[in-house]
Order: sequence, then structure tokens, then C-alpha cells
Amino acid sequence: MSDEAAKKVIRIAADVLNLPVEQVTRQTAPTNVENWDSVLHLNLVLALEAELGVQLEPEEVDKIRSVGDAIDVVAARLN
Amino acid sequence: MAATREEIDRLIADGAPTGARAALAALWHEQPTPAVASFVVSRFERLQAGGMKLQPFKVAILRSFTVEPIVPLLRALGFVAGLNLIVRIGEFNAYTQEILTSGNWLDEFSANLTILAVQARDIVPDLFERYADLSQEAVANHVQQATDAYRQILTAARARLGGHILVHSLELPDTAIGSADAVVETRQREAIQRINLAIGDIAKSARDVYVLDYDALIAERGRTAWHDERKWIMARMPIAAGEMIHLARQWMRFIHPMSGRICKALVVDLDNTLWGGVIGEDGIQGIRLDDSFPGAAFRNVQREMLSLHRRGILLAVCSKNNPADAMEAIQNHPGMILRPEHFACLKINWLDKAENLRAIASELNIGIDSLAFVDDNPVEREWVREQAPEVTVIDLPDDPLGFASAVQKAPVFERLSLTDEDRSRAAMYAEQRMRLELSQSATSVEDFYRSLQMRAAIEPVNDKTLARAVQLTQKTNQFNLTTRRYTEQQLSAALSAKVSRGYTISVRDRFGDNGIVGLALICLNGAVCEIDTFLLSCRVIGRTVETALLAHLAEEASRAGASKVSGWFVPNKKNAPAADFYSKHGFSLVQEKDGAARWELDLGCGQIAWPEWIACERGSADER
Repeated sequence: MSDEAAKKVIRIAADVLNLPVEQVTRQTAPTNVENWDSVLHLNLVLALEAELGVQLEPEEVDKIRSVGDAIDVVAARLN
Repeated sequence: MAATREEIDRLIADGAPTGARAALAALWHEQPTPAVASFVVSRFERLQAGGMKLQPFKVAILRSFTVEPIVPLLRALGFVAGLNLIVRIGEFNAYTQEILTSGNWLDEFSANLTILAVQARDIVPDLFERYADLSQEAVANHVQQATDAYRQILTAARARLGGHILVHSLELPDTAIGSADAVVETRQREAIQRINLAIGDIAKSARDVYVLDYDALIAERGRTAWHDERKWIMARMPIAAGEMIHLARQWMRFIHPMSGRICKALVVDLDNTLWGGVIGEDGIQGIRLDDSFPGAAFRNVQREMLSLHRRGILLAVCSKNNPADAMEAIQNHPGMILRPEHFACLKINWLDKAENLRAIASELNIGIDSLAFVDDNPVEREWVREQAPEVTVIDLPDDPLGFASAVQKAPVFERLSLTDEDRSRAAMYAEQRMRLELSQSATSVEDFYRSLQMRAAIEPVNDKTLARAVQLTQKTNQFNLTTRRYTEQQLSAALSAKVSRGYTISVRDRFGDNGIVGLALICLNGAVCEIDTFLLSCRVIGRTVETALLAHLAEEASRAGASKVSGWFVPNKKNAPAADFYSKHGFSLVQEKDGAARWELDLGCGQIAWPEWIACERGSADER
């Protein structure tokens, strides 16, 4: 896992989920963020794509169940 | 470098909303991405909760696909333009029921703008997917059905909803028949184009219904880049993440004029904005302005500005230069597309640009928030943003080939319609500036009048001029002796009386045609010619046009056997410029009542002299 990916994803997640950046960790997930619904989930995926200039595959999107998962998907793409 | 999110949050926490707002705009401008949009939206909401007032504008989106991720982008664009866009989205693919069923959320929401965003593959799936199977007749039926559906939906929406309506036209498909599409009987792309033409016709015949050319938007961005088939299958979101901003921007091009967030004038820099190079250093031979690179880029931006000028946007110059150097280039450089006559105001000096912008606004008699400013120098742009935050600053890319498009895409120049008055407005302002310059260089006022080479035509009010005559009675406040307002019906009724006459005066001069600029209504009743209305548009005040019109009235009055001309001066809040009109022309005060004054002129004591510097082209009421 690259630190660069972690930093980027946490920043984007904080923006989209409207959380202070220091409160976002690998464990941040729909189960512990009240307003993280399907719309916000799609917003997060699209925000990651727009920021990174990629289109994620459906399998990659399916893997994202937490900020940690998102970091792993993005790190794999950046490698 | 824009402020960081932490710095912005500190500004908000410290109670510095103006600074926070500027920093948010700068951050958004640097990175207009979905993540930054979410940040910008949440912070503007915080600022509003803290008391910041922004103009609200409600948008309802009825749709056949997922638009939710575009909403933060749209709202961020709105916030930085000073708008609080309140967005509600209809149920997925339920637009028909939502419009046809009254008593639902649409009534309660009462949107300023309702967007109908429907994709071709949703409303005419057969034309998209089964095209190769369809007979010519079946294609015609599908086209007809879709057209009928749009007519039904848009008619019902117009009848039921207030505010504006914006409908997306349909995207042209990849052809099911392949390369032969253009030459087969049932051309697939043509079928969709026919539906689009029908949508345009329906919109054109309805009030406040507009069309977003969705196919043109996709074409501009590139069809391949626009679509994300994976997200369409997964989440009914057909647009690629990086392209969503462009649909939001396209919506804003309608929202700006609908909400009044528009600019009336574009103020431009010269060096490296209108031409390549620096005139003060490179000289007229050295600046780049031709059909090669980079001169061609500057000619493109000038062409774009000329097109704004033709649409009624005023152009002005604000440049740090020696005026003589810059004017020589504007007047004489063979590559210039814009010339002095295109500019309503030129500020070429070494003063601070924010000051100059204020002076330009006041000279053009428009608010400073009606100005847009374009300059290649980011330092000047930043300075204006800080010192004159009401001005809309248009950012330019580093590459001059992108300048024209940056100007063309500025939503503040969008209008919902284009009238003849719009087309001639910018030219009239520029002519006015040249008259002013002439008056400043003339040695005497008579000298100035003569140099204008004025020609006036006086005509009885007729069918062709009635509307303009009525408009003058409605709009003229400054040079208006009685301020009597007329409707078309009232004026034509008044003029049908045998004793009544109405005259318009139109004036041309060496700089251009001012059109009809004055109106007089008189009543010839035996010995007295009574002036009912006498007014002059502010365009020609101070040029003795009023004397010409009065001379004509006096002549008509004596010809009809009257021995006196008389009329009231009724003061209003703004007509002080006309207060001495009667006394200046030899009338005597005969009565005063409730602040109004009645004046009289004995025609036996001589006529009113027609000003010698105005050539006369007269008509007569007797020819009616």
C-alpha cells in the first residue's frame, strides 16, 4: 500500500463524506458513517475516478466497502 | 496557489466570510473536481448558516438517468457565482407521471427552473437498439410517438409549472446499420434529428421553454470520452466522472441569464490579450496579430469579442500603456478586428485597474457587478478579484489559442433571447463615446453641433412608429415635460381625434443613426395649440434636437391658424433637465398650480428658429 494513495483517498473521502480529514481512517465505512448511503457511495467512486483520471472496473467498485478498500484499489492502479 | 482546506476552515471559524468565500472560489477554480465540489458546497452551507446571504434559485431535475453525482458540481458552480441553488430530483424515469399528475412535489417546490433530462435510449429505445429490424413505416411511427410524447409533456409542464423549462434534446446514436446509414431509406441518425427539430419547434412556440443541445455537448467533449458504459450498467449513470462538470456548466449557461447573474460589458486588457507582445516595447510593427501562430490566436479572441458586441455586450478597454501607442495599434494595425468604434469606453493609462473598472462602470452608467474583466496577467486578475470583488473575472489559460473559447464559454454573456435592440446597443454606446470625445475637442458648443452633421426627420406618428412612440412615453423620465404615459390603445385613440396631432423625430449624425428619439403630441383647438406631451430620449439631450421639434410644432400651429402655443411643465423626480425648456424658448409663465407651471408663447411675436446645424427632413400631419 502506498502512502500517496492513502493520502489522496482519505482527502477525497473527507471531502465527499463531509468529515474532518483527521477523522477518516482505513476503517471508515458505511457501517460507521451515518450519511454514507448509495448516492454518497457513487459520488465517492466518481470522485476517485475524476481525481485519478481512470474508469474503475465493476469488480474494483464492488471491492470498495470501506476507505481502506478504496485505498487498496487506488494503490493497485497507481502501481 | 489557492488556500488549503484547513486555511479556509480557519477563515470560516474566525468569522471572515468574505475571505473564506474568495478562497473557496480560488480553490474551486484551480480544481473543479467532484471532491472539491463537495467541500465547496459544505463550506458554503456553513457560511450561509452563519448568516451569508446568497440569491436562492430552485432547480427541479426530472430525469431518465442518474444525475445525483452532478448536483454537487452544479451547486459549487452556483455558489461561486453568488447563487444558492436548491436542487430537487424527480424519481428515476418517472418524469411523465410527475408532470402529468398534479398535486405532487413539483407544486410545492415551485422551481425557478425545471430541467427535463431524458436520454434517447430511454425515450426511443427501439430507434436505438432495434433499428436494423425496423421498416420505414415503423421508424416514422416511433418518431411520431416520441414527438407526441414531448409535445404532451412540455405542454403540460408549461401549463402547470411556473418558472423556466429546459429540455435536453436527444443524443445521436452510433448507427445500427453501420456505414451505410446515410444512404439507406430509413436513416437512423436522421430519425433522431427529426425528433430534435420537433423539440425545438415545441420549445420555440411556448413561453420560457429552452433546449439544451445535448448531442452538441457530447460532440464537443468527444463521444468516446463522454460515456461510461460500466457506470451505466452498474448505476444508471451514463456520463464519465470527469465529464459530469461539463453538463453542470451547460446548465449554468441557462441558469445565469435566468437568475440575472449576467454581465452587460466586457472589459479587456490589450498587451498579450488582444494582441501578442507589448505595444510599448515591440511597437506596431512588432506585435503579433496575423494569421500565423501566435497572432491568429489573438485574432480569434477579437472575433469572439466582436460577436459579443453584435449581441449587445458592450466592450471596453482597460490597459496600462501610453494612450498614443495603444490607440495607434487599435486604429491602424492591419490585423485588428476590433476598432475604436467597437469600444464604448477606453481607459488606457497607468492607473490601478480596479479604479479604472469603477470609472468604466460609472461612465457606462451600469453597476460594477455588470462588468466582466479579461486579462492575460494572473496578477491583475487576482488584484481585481480582491479590490473589486463584484466584477466577474474571466480566467485565461496559458495558451493564447484557448483565449477565444474562455471568453465564448463565460456564462455571464448568455441571454435567453436576442432582440434588435440588443444587436444595435453596443454600437450606439460606442457612437455616444465618440460624440463625447468630439464635444471635448470642439472649441465652442456651436462648433460641436456643426461637426456632428445632424439630420432630423419629423413625421406624424403612424402604424410603423406607434409602438416606439408608446415606448417613449413609458420609458422617458428626464426630458419629459408632462410625463403622461400612454398604452398603444390610448395613444391611437388620442390621435384619432381630429384636433390631435403626434410627431416623432428621428436623428442621424456622422457617427450613426439614433432612430426615433423624440415625441410631441399637440391639440390644435382654435387659437391655442396645446402641448400634451413633449419628450426626448436621453441619447440626444443637449444637442438642440428639442428646439427643432418645437420649431416644427410652432410652424404647424401657425399653419392651422393658432396664435398661441402653450403647455405645462409638470415636475417628476428626474425631469429637472427639462425645467427651463419653455423659458429658454421665449415662453412666458402664465399659471402655477400644485408645483406645475403653465407656459405660453405668442406666435405673433415671431417663430421659433430651427437650429441651423440640423439638416431637416420634414413630414406633415396633413398627409395622413
